[in-house]
Amino acid sequence: MFSNKFGRFLFGLYSRKAAAVCGVTRSGFSWTAVCKQRTLWLQRSGCVETPRSTVPCHTSVRSASQTTVDPDEVRRFQSLASKWWDEQGEFAALHAMNDLRVPFIRDNLLNVHTTRHPGKPLAGLRILDVGCGGGLLTEPLGRLGANVLGIDPVEQSVGTAQLHSSYDPDLHDRVCYRACTLEELSAVEEEEDGQFDAVVASEVVEHLADLETFAFCCSTVLKPGGSLFITTINKTNLSYALGIVVAEQLLRIVPSGTHDWEKFISPVELERLLESNGFSVQSVQGMLYNPLSGAWCWTDSTAINYALHAVKLRDDPQPDQAEESGSHPEEHTAATHS
Amino acid sequence: MHKITKATLALHDLGRCLIAERHLSAIRIISRGLVCAQHGDDSGKNEVYDVIISGGGMVGSAMACSLGMDPNLEGKKILLLEAGNKKVMDEVPDTYSTRVSSISPGSATLLSGIGAWEQITKMRCKPYKKMQVWDACSDALITFDKENLQDEMAYIVENDIVVAALTKQLDSLSENVQVKYRSKVVKYTWPMPLPSSRIRSMGPGHTGQRRDYSNQAADWCRWTKLNGEAAVWGYPQSSGTMTNQAVVAVLHLSEPTENNVAWQRFLPTGPIAMLPLSDTESSLVWSTSHRLAEELLELDEESFVDAINSAFWSNENQSELIETAGSVFRGTLSAIMPFAGSPRQLPPSVAGIGPKSRVMFPLGMGHASEYIRHRVALIGDAAHRVHPLAGQGVNLGFGDVACLTQLLSQAAFNGKDLGAIQHLLEYETERQRHNLPMMAAIDLMKRLYSTNVAPVVLLRSFGLQATNMIPTLKVNSSSIYIQTYLPVHHSEPDHHTDNINHLSKLSSASTQTPPTALFSDYTELYFSGVYNFQGSEPTTMASKFSPKFSVTKSVWVGCRAGPRAADSGVGLCFHTPFITDHSCEMALFPTK
Repeated sequence: MFSNKFGRFLFGLYSRKAAAVCGVTRSGFSWTAVCKQRTLWLQRSGCVETPRSTVPCHTSVRSASQTTVDPDEVRRFQSLASKWWDEQGEFAALHAMNDLRVPFIRDNLLNVHTTRHPGKPLAGLRILDVGCGGGLLTEPLGRLGANVLGIDPVEQSVGTAQLHSSYDPDLHDRVCYRACTLEELSAVEEEEDGQFDAVVASEVVEHLADLETFAFCCSTVLKPGGSLFITTINKTNLSYALGIVVAEQLLRIVPSGTHDWEKFISPVELERLLESNGFSVQSVQGMLYNPLSGAWCWTDSTAINYALHAVKLRDDPQPDQAEESGSHPEEHTAATHS
Repeated sequence: MHKITKATLALHDLGRCLIAERHLSAIRIISRGLVCAQHGDDSGKNEVYDVIISGGGMVGSAMACSLGMDPNLEGKKILLLEAGNKKVMDEVPDTYSTRVSSISPGSATLLSGIGAWEQITKMRCKPYKKMQVWDACSDALITFDKENLQDEMAYIVENDIVVAALTKQLDSLSENVQVKYRSKVVKYTWPMPLPSSRIRSMGPGHTGQRRDYSNQAADWCRWTKLNGEAAVWGYPQSSGTMTNQAVVAVLHLSEPTENNVAWQRFLPTGPIAMLPLSDTESSLVWSTSHRLAEELLELDEESFVDAINSAFWSNENQSELIETAGSVFRGTLSAIMPFAGSPRQLPPSVAGIGPKSRVMFPLGMGHASEYIRHRVALIGDAAHRVHPLAGQGVNLGFGDVACLTQLLSQAAFNGKDLGAIQHLLEYETERQRHNLPMMAAIDLMKRLYSTNVAPVVLLRSFGLQATNMIPTLKVNSSSIYIQTYLPVHHSEPDHHTDNINHLSKLSSASTQTPPTALFSDYTELYFSGVYNFQGSEPTTMASKFSPKFSVTKSVWVGCRAGPRAADSGVGLCFHTPFITDHSCEMALFPTK
């Protein structure tokens, strides 16, 4: 019973290894690498775009592009697909994390969008949940009134998510799922100027090898002034000790090999990456999991887990009333991408 | 004696509860205040509800109003099922009804938050300022009152009036709260795949106890079925298996008096209480054994009145020994604390009783070991049932309503499934922590006072006298309703300083007292979540209002918008941004 309670510190939903193909490393970033990546991506998307536009929602990931998804990871999460909604099971810590991340997202969005709808605070907002898994975060956001699209490359997870959301009639119109990757989605979206008010990528970034693509795609699908919410794990000695050694090897809570310490990213680096992609980071806050109580809490230290909120800058540098959040001045970096 | 029947289910939709509705004539008593937070499929019409409340008595209706008026639950559909008829009271009847309750100030605050208290005060309610409790076997007495008799201690309100006021409020909430009268839950079913699904059936095979008042206390036998593990105590007489009964009546006093004291005397057979209703009438609650109760009901009116008067006035139970011991003890105490204690008063004498107003109802005590199950929560008498000697039964129920509404509101604001077990567990923990000590204390008092064996009498009379004289003990024992729930007003100022100004403005506007005085009654201030104020900690924020405040706990309080919050005078809340700065979100809980 307690072993269940000892839950997960760190959780991955899926992983994508795009870097292997083009050899872009994550230890630093350079403009050339970004441009090269973008060119490659555009080339790739060019050849898949035509079939993409005619194929409806449920595209199998594997048929589209083997290179962006690691089959091992997909297989691992396929086997766990039915366990998403067992609140005392493997994903207990993720369920508990909702107590932090839902208010985090909700309140930061309410800061920006000030019209109040009692009972449905996020009504009228479109949110994209990247790496939604079983829909653990998608459903609460849907219940708060937002229109949420959850995407995940693992089809079984998406199936579980759809089944579970069908139980609640409230969610029918507002929550839908698609089994695809972010790149595929942003390829479709590129024609319009970004459709989503917010993108949520919770416990996803530590499974990506290529973050520039991720950041670029997020930027594409977001409306100007839209919000990006990321929760992930820091790259420190402490996170290695607790997240890898303790969780994976000592207590075997997380299967060995789920996390790769090299893929963790520190908030400073993530901030730098996002700002180079046209985001302005508004806040970073550390999270801490207590395995005994099975609950998360906010903390000052970002040494292990942290949550980050960034806002996509508008093209013109004048501050928009919808973007006021007061604490940080807008960083009016010149737009570096068209 | 009753077993839970487990049966297989027919699944309509997973995650829904199927409720079969039957329209029955109301002889059987429905569960009172049973809250099911789930979706229900009405088999006839396929309607889905978010919360279903089974039992429309005082507590059940208050729950429905409270949920219906909560802004975070706007858009949710709520259903209240009541077995009886709709209680409409266009004008208050001349005669008093026999079932009355003592409403504590905390419950009154809750009721005013949902808008029912004004109705009640407009109709009929009697505040009382003092309560005298004394022993039949000795001279010991204790009085409870507020300082200088300025504030009311509590209110005596007829149960029918409370229900009528709540019904009127429910009428105004008809968009999201639907009430079905003359309908009763026969069966609950839970879908199969979920691990903790059980079937609870209150099927037609079960015979209920005949009751004269259909909306009153729950039939305790039923709860063993519902819960499986409920602790049930009747109060049996030593000789037999008959439970104790309470005889209630409306008394006409011999002369009009400023009737603002509640009287209770502990006789060896059980406590007798006289609760003021008006200047000329009072309500009687006499708890005693079954046999005596029957005898009392059979007496003619004059003898019954004599019995009441002698119960209050006679000293036949006192022995010399106890009298002397008592007076010696009192002398000692008054030497130590000359100004403590209070003079003895005698209750008014009774001249007659209201016509046809003498009835009896069985007493019991019971406590459900679990208040919650998957998608089910018990509130009110369904969860706990107490002896009326402390006047707390319905107040505990209103406390449940306040707590559960707050938790459900918070859950809805966090996008959670309302029936999720996590916040139901919080409700259970919090209420059990509050209710169990109270119930234990009441039961202890009952047992302590049901004998006239000399050592016990001496012990309890010393205890009572000491408590009467020592102020701290008295305060602790009189803080019957400790935590009051305050409705809070949602406002949205933009900046930190504006918040404080706004807070001050609102508070002074609503109560016509300066803010410092307003908050001086408050000893605790609750903050929601973890916030960093621009450069200042929550404690600094709190200390701006009163140096006595400290941040003791973080709890979310649902917001109640609208002018009603201003009526009760306090409770203010601003919206908060999550992590950064500016405004804070706080709710004010007075602990008096």
